[in-house]
Amino acid sequence: MSIEITGVSKRFGDFVALDDVSVSIPSGGLTALLGPSGGGKSTLLRIIAGLETADTGRVEIEGVDATRLSPQKRNVGFVFQHYAAFKHLSVARNVAFGLEIRKKPKEEIRARVDELLKLVHLSQFADRLPAQLSGGQRQRMALARALAVQPSVLLLDEPFGALDAKVRKELRDWLRRLHDEVHVTTVFVTHDQEEALEVADEIVVINEGRVEQVGSPDELYDQPANDFVMRFLGPVTELGDRLVRPHDLQLLTDSTDPGAVSGRVKRITRIGFEIRVEVAVGEQDVTVTLTRNEFLALDLRVGSEVQVRVAPEVGAVQGRPEAVGAV
Amino acid sequence: MTATALTTDRPAVSRRPIRHGRPLTWVSGVGFGVTMMWFSLLVLIPLAAVVATAAAGGWSNFWDAVTSEQTLAAIELTVGTAFGVTVVNVFMGTLIAWVLVRDRFFGKRVLEVLIDIPFALPTIVAGLVLLALYGPITPIGVDIANTRGAVFLAFQFVTLPFVVRTVQPVLAELDRDVEEAAMSLGASRFTVFRRIILPSLTPAIAAGAALSFARGVSEYGSLVLFSGNLPMKTEVASVRILSSIENDNLDSAAAVATILLVISFIVLVVVDTLQRRLVRRG
Amino acid sequence: MAELSHHRTRARRGPIAYLIRLLVIVYLFFLVAWPVYLVAKNTFADGVDSLTGLLEDPDIVHALGLTVQVALIAVVINTVFGVGISILLVRYALPGKRWLSPLLDLPLSVSPIVVGLSLILVYGGRTGWFGPALEDAGFQIIYATPGIVLATVFVALPLVIREVVPVLEEVGEEQEQAARSLGANALQTFWRITLPSIKWGVIYGVVLSLARSLGEFGAVKVVSGNVLGDTRTATLVVEEKYLNFDKPGAYATAFLLALVAVACIIVVSALRPKEDR
Repeated sequence: MSIEITGVSKRFGDFVALDDVSVSIPSGGLTALLGPSGGGKSTLLRIIAGLETADTGRVEIEGVDATRLSPQKRNVGFVFQHYAAFKHLSVARNVAFGLEIRKKPKEEIRARVDELLKLVHLSQFADRLPAQLSGGQRQRMALARALAVQPSVLLLDEPFGALDAKVRKELRDWLRRLHDEVHVTTVFVTHDQEEALEVADEIVVINEGRVEQVGSPDELYDQPANDFVMRFLGPVTELGDRLVRPHDLQLLTDSTDPGAVSGRVKRITRIGFEIRVEVAVGEQDVTVTLTRNEFLALDLRVGSEVQVRVAPEVGAVQGRPEAVGAV
Repeated sequence: MTATALTTDRPAVSRRPIRHGRPLTWVSGVGFGVTMMWFSLLVLIPLAAVVATAAAGGWSNFWDAVTSEQTLAAIELTVGTAFGVTVVNVFMGTLIAWVLVRDRFFGKRVLEVLIDIPFALPTIVAGLVLLALYGPITPIGVDIANTRGAVFLAFQFVTLPFVVRTVQPVLAELDRDVEEAAMSLGASRFTVFRRIILPSLTPAIAAGAALSFARGVSEYGSLVLFSGNLPMKTEVASVRILSSIENDNLDSAAAVATILLVISFIVLVVVDTLQRRLVRRG
Repeated sequence: MAELSHHRTRARRGPIAYLIRLLVIVYLFFLVAWPVYLVAKNTFADGVDSLTGLLEDPDIVHALGLTVQVALIAVVINTVFGVGISILLVRYALPGKRWLSPLLDLPLSVSPIVVGLSLILVYGGRTGWFGPALEDAGFQIIYATPGIVLATVFVALPLVIREVVPVLEEVGEEQEQAARSLGANALQTFWRITLPSIKWGVIYGVVLSLARSLGEFGAVKVVSGNVLGDTRTATLVVEEKYLNFDKPGAYATAFLLALVAVACIIVVSALRPKEDR
């Protein structure tokens, strides 16, 4: 394990940011800390970096106890949401900063900076000031700067949070590819479940200062440990007392399945290739999403009588499992 | 622990509290100690010595010192003039700030520099400057040297920047859409000023007025050449203190100085409170 | 329609606006511009004789030298102290912070005569709290250059702090944290990151302190002893010459001081707009 967190708690005044958190983060992987804002994930990342100190607990990085180590001795690369670019230094000098601090020979620094700028596609901007770059370029510069010192772990705090949707998506793909090239243990914080599911090898779901679940994207999506994780990772709807994903429900018009319940179509909304049907089942409004073809085959209108059931192949896997993989 | 459904028994997630800086480390703690020592030796202990000296003579000596006819006249003149000057500054300072922010004309930058001149000019030079136009050699026939008018004018000169410079940034930050919205609802320009602009400026005007008052009360240098320092007529509190010092009567100097310090301190508290309110408004 | 009236409100200036503009210009003309201009005019009434005469008097040259020397020492002290306390105030949780920042502004609103008095009461050679002990140890403060320096440092103390604190708040802590995580220690972070990012705030503070230090009069008058050729500073020369009916000399010295002061504010106002962006 690359990062070993044991029993870490942190308060700010009365506010409990982290409550006895223990997590292991594997070497070489790309791990997401996922959760709603204010849930403690950024605090955990900053404690790993040494930018905050834990009130209690222990942080180990690459087998070394780092709990009391100052940030400059931890050899971690940290990338901030708002880039934290050194505004008075050129792009190349920003990237060179950590190497200059380590008093590397000039030649070596130049070679390493060139190599990194090529890696993040900023070679032609080497002599510009950060203010002359776009947000996405600045964040790539910040990433190169953090990688320059060959950190044992790379930590990214909402790295794409300040960027607009299109750039965010591009950088997300690019981060995934970059990680496949450099293989450094990487932890990033995000509140965007799509980002986590798409990029990460492993996801740690954190809410209200506690770890809710740890697992691969598939595990989390298909076997959420609890309602919170289920709700947070994707759309949900309630059928009876059961929480299900709308695309795991089926609509039937002449079913004899005893598990299916009857209802009446209340509203039909088309969103691109997807059709969302709201069905009134007793007091409940159940949302079901269908593909366009499924919808056309059923020939539904507002007011149609239908039966709703959980798709049989889903019911076997899902349900309400006991906590899986949580602390 | 079993991570169960969305529970309500956890502490409510409040907004992240504002952090008031990191705790002192060993090095920064020593730095803090050294700077506080320096600040104490230079400012706090000497000012405390003024109050202590005034108190050491006992209440009756203090009372005698500050209520002697000549001292009382000086304090009255100082406080009264500073007050009058501040009233003028509230009016003119706000107008000047308005012109600097909202008006546009050739040579406006010159006005910006003019506003700062009284702040940067040595006070003794300020006195000489005023003498050149309003003294015995006046080219316009207005010689007010050695009168109470000179005290007023000198205070007016040295306090010029305060209201302007506190109001200006607040006025510049005001959202003009709100004014336009009010106008589109039928408000006249005057109503917009009175109901929309003025209330937002009030804390800044008050803070500037307090600073201007404090500066007036403590003024000395610009009066030396211009007001003549005539006892009972144009002598201000600072001059009174100085003549006590020169007569080696440090006790009564300290007594009058304590009165001025109390005024400065009250002003400081007022300004601090007002500025906190300004910040809170964002 | 709405679009039209929108433009009209911004473009149209009523007669009242012109009246206010006129009032402000006239006010500033009579209060500041004309008097300052007259000092320059009076200085050059007899050509440059009064200025050159000034520079031939060794006592005046000494006074000017002393003023510059004291001002430079005071500016260095206030810059080091001001930057240090600003960083502590903004970045750290200090005990008594609520009270400290208004107290740091106190010197701006204390009468210079009271400043001088307070220093005499503590450092005066005969009756001061610490003065006699210091004098026995060979340090004379009051009526000597150290006293002038103390008085000057006192009155100019808040200026650097007032400029640097808002800049530090604005810049934020992230660049410093990034530097720390890249391996820089506290000192490296300060020199390479913090100081460059607050550079302009420090420069404004220094220029303002310089103007204030060169021009301090009242506090210096109380603590200096005003000995010709020894502890008499430039501002004291102005008073002395005027009272001794050497008006050309007074105007010339005042003109030199005013020139430096106006140069300082022009430098500041020329720099400031760039930084505001």
